[in-house]
Amino acid sequence: MPISDGQSRGTPPRGLPTSNRRGALGRALTSLAGGALAFNLIMVLGLLLLLLWQGGAYFWPRDLAWFELADGRQVLGEIHEHRELRTTAASGAEPIYEVRLKTGNREPELGGQDFVWIREADIKRSERPHDAVLLERRSWGPFFGYPVAIRRGDGVIAEGRDGTFRKLEQLVPEKAEHFEKIRKLEKGEIGDVNYEIERLRLSRRKLSMSTDSSPDKARADAELQRATQVQESRFGALADRLRDERQSLEAEILVIESIDGRRKTMPVSEVVRAVRPNELSTAGKIGLYASRLWEFVSDEPRESNTEGGIFPAIFGTVLMVLLMSVIVVPLGVLAALYLREYAKQGPLVRAVRIAVNNLAGTPSIVFGVFGLGFFVYFLGGSIDRWFYSEHTSPVFGTGGILWASLTLALLTVPVVIVAAEEGLAAVPRAVREGSLALGATKWETLRKVVIPASSPAILTGMILAMGRAAGEVAPLMIVGMVKLAPDLPISLEWPFLHFERKFMHIGFHIYDVGFQSPNVEATKPLVSATALLLIVVVTILNLAAIRVRNRLRAKYATTGL
Amino acid sequence: MITQEQQKVMTKLPFGTESAPSERESATAADFLVADAHMEVRGLSLYYSESQALQGIDLRVPRGKITALIGPSGCGKSTLLRCFNRLNDLVDGVHIDGEILFDGQSLYGSEVDVNLLRKRVGMVFQKSNPFPKSIYENVAYGPRIHGTRSKASLDEMVEKSLRGAALWEEVKDRLDKSALGLSGGQQQRLCIARAIAVEPDVILFDEPCSALDPISTARIEELMTELKGRFTQIIVTHNMQQASRVSDTTAFLYLGRLIEYGVTETLFINPRKKQTEDYITGRFG
Repeated sequence: MPISDGQSRGTPPRGLPTSNRRGALGRALTSLAGGALAFNLIMVLGLLLLLLWQGGAYFWPRDLAWFELADGRQVLGEIHEHRELRTTAASGAEPIYEVRLKTGNREPELGGQDFVWIREADIKRSERPHDAVLLERRSWGPFFGYPVAIRRGDGVIAEGRDGTFRKLEQLVPEKAEHFEKIRKLEKGEIGDVNYEIERLRLSRRKLSMSTDSSPDKARADAELQRATQVQESRFGALADRLRDERQSLEAEILVIESIDGRRKTMPVSEVVRAVRPNELSTAGKIGLYASRLWEFVSDEPRESNTEGGIFPAIFGTVLMVLLMSVIVVPLGVLAALYLREYAKQGPLVRAVRIAVNNLAGTPSIVFGVFGLGFFVYFLGGSIDRWFYSEHTSPVFGTGGILWASLTLALLTVPVVIVAAEEGLAAVPRAVREGSLALGATKWETLRKVVIPASSPAILTGMILAMGRAAGEVAPLMIVGMVKLAPDLPISLEWPFLHFERKFMHIGFHIYDVGFQSPNVEATKPLVSATALLLIVVVTILNLAAIRVRNRLRAKYATTGL
Repeated sequence: MITQEQQKVMTKLPFGTESAPSERESATAADFLVADAHMEVRGLSLYYSESQALQGIDLRVPRGKITALIGPSGCGKSTLLRCFNRLNDLVDGVHIDGEILFDGQSLYGSEVDVNLLRKRVGMVFQKSNPFPKSIYENVAYGPRIHGTRSKASLDEMVEKSLRGAALWEEVKDRLDKSALGLSGGQQQRLCIARAIAVEPDVILFDEPCSALDPISTARIEELMTELKGRFTQIIVTHNMQQASRVSDTTAFLYLGRLIEYGVTETLFINPRKKQTEDYITGRFG
């Protein structure tokens, strides 16, 4: 029979006390505890759903609405909100509704207003024009209106709303390809030449700084100068090629007209995407949604982070977390090994343990300040003095991904130490004795039996550390995280991983996009989308680590001992 | 079993002729002279930080035979066993007086390499303790530690040891599977295989069958008998029948002292001490 808490089923046996006041208290407490858990779960679930809804909806194409207003104005845009005007609610008068319309066309010559509020009562006529076009552009944000002509040189190659749109649909992918080609040229060959010229410049500078004054020095300098000239002429040729390519990229000029009749011209290559949202079928919308989502995770940001993708931020976050793990795990495990296996247990070790636990509770910005002072200024500054003295700007003596990872490793090392210590303590004495009795030394026993057996616990520590590190922003802001880092910390140039480079981070990106961008209103959904992505990235990292841990668990299970 | 002549030699030799036992009360009572001692305990006393666990033990362990250590719980028999491979060194605050000679060389000498000693004196524990690794890796562990690298010789050692522990036929198709998937008896035989893989001279058994069923126990005992001659074996057991079945000589310990030591049959059939008789007839313990 299951044990019930005080309340027995049926008639209680005679003579036994029937009062269950204490039982009732227990039941009340149980419900309270259960309720608290449920509340927490609902909060977390609500948070996820909100992010999923707001962030997910960001990429969904909305219909374009056209309104003719009482004063004769015409507006075109996406409906973003529909609400009752607050002032009317109290007075009890007839409620007034208003609509928030995203009209885009941010540039001054097209009106320069991203959003407008319109009273519903002012709308005389509304329509969803099938041929209204949305242009996503490399600058100035979205355009709503009509492309009316495309010119090339002095000739016109497309005219009329339909004709221009068809031509545009055909030209945009071609231009995108061309744009990509130019970018490759810039980053690839031109980047290489620039790198080479900079290297030669630094070599010359280093040479001039040396006190040696033999004829060898002059000869070497002449040699370097010659090499520089060769590179510079290469650079000149490449720059010419780049100019030609740019000219051909921007050969086609698009004329666009907003709904109130203002016109503007821009190169076709500025258009990233041209769609008629009101004409899209459901499949078309899904396709567009997927394409925008892909752009978001795979592309670089545009327009001071408010448009385009956030790939550099994802890359920076993941690389920093991995780098941090690589540093923190050996550090934490070695410390735990000493504390648990070698140190003589006593008041001192207990004190150290308490200190380690307290370290885990230290505000993270404190670690940031330490990282800046110790890693960046002291270590980085010293490295610069010893190895990069010819550089005019600091290399390691300024924030970078290595220093950020080290700072976070310090921040999370207590978590790893505690988890690793628990893992080590859980390895049965019998197994250790078995190894020692075979003539293994203590270190061999630790390395071959104890550490493998506690590796799942160590990985648990790593998982916790990764979760903490991926969400940390404050300390990173002063040790190398930046708003925009055009170069990833990885490249095809030796040494491939550039630990001194600054990097982008999703956590900071959320803050930057949401609260530092010129157009906070427009980027609100982007904040949710980015936050959601941060959760996804952390989840993926954790799942990967959990997978590894489960494998190790299966391999080194110590059950049955 | 002990051959007739050896038994004669053992029983004929006068007690206490070698180590002046009159000085030590326990020795006069219990010293039993073995012609070819592989391990020789001389006046061994062991103190934990607060208590004394062994008092003046004198014991000569015959080469190639099985010696049983019996006695009630807490009598120090496991502590004595752990002196033979210096596993007691791991306990904080242990202090040892007296000495143990291993082939005439002092175990506790300052120049002794404990790890090499443990290679020569293997041990099987009360509860089987295979490593959380594959069967193969468990057996290969010792040889690897002691420098065997080549795959071929490791394979050979693993097979030889598993055959030696009568386990080969049962596990030869699953050498790469986890050792923890084996039954309790198989795990214990794996531990024996692991111990003999480093080719020790002596194997210590610390109640090897206390967690096993009777059939597995019988197999381990059979195995011990098979290993006789190749290895000197010392077994701590609570099971008097087991001691009488497998061992050639038996030592009875009580409260940290060696009460009586002799040829197993003699000790069980005709104990010289009242305490021994009381214990083996089950009056206490």
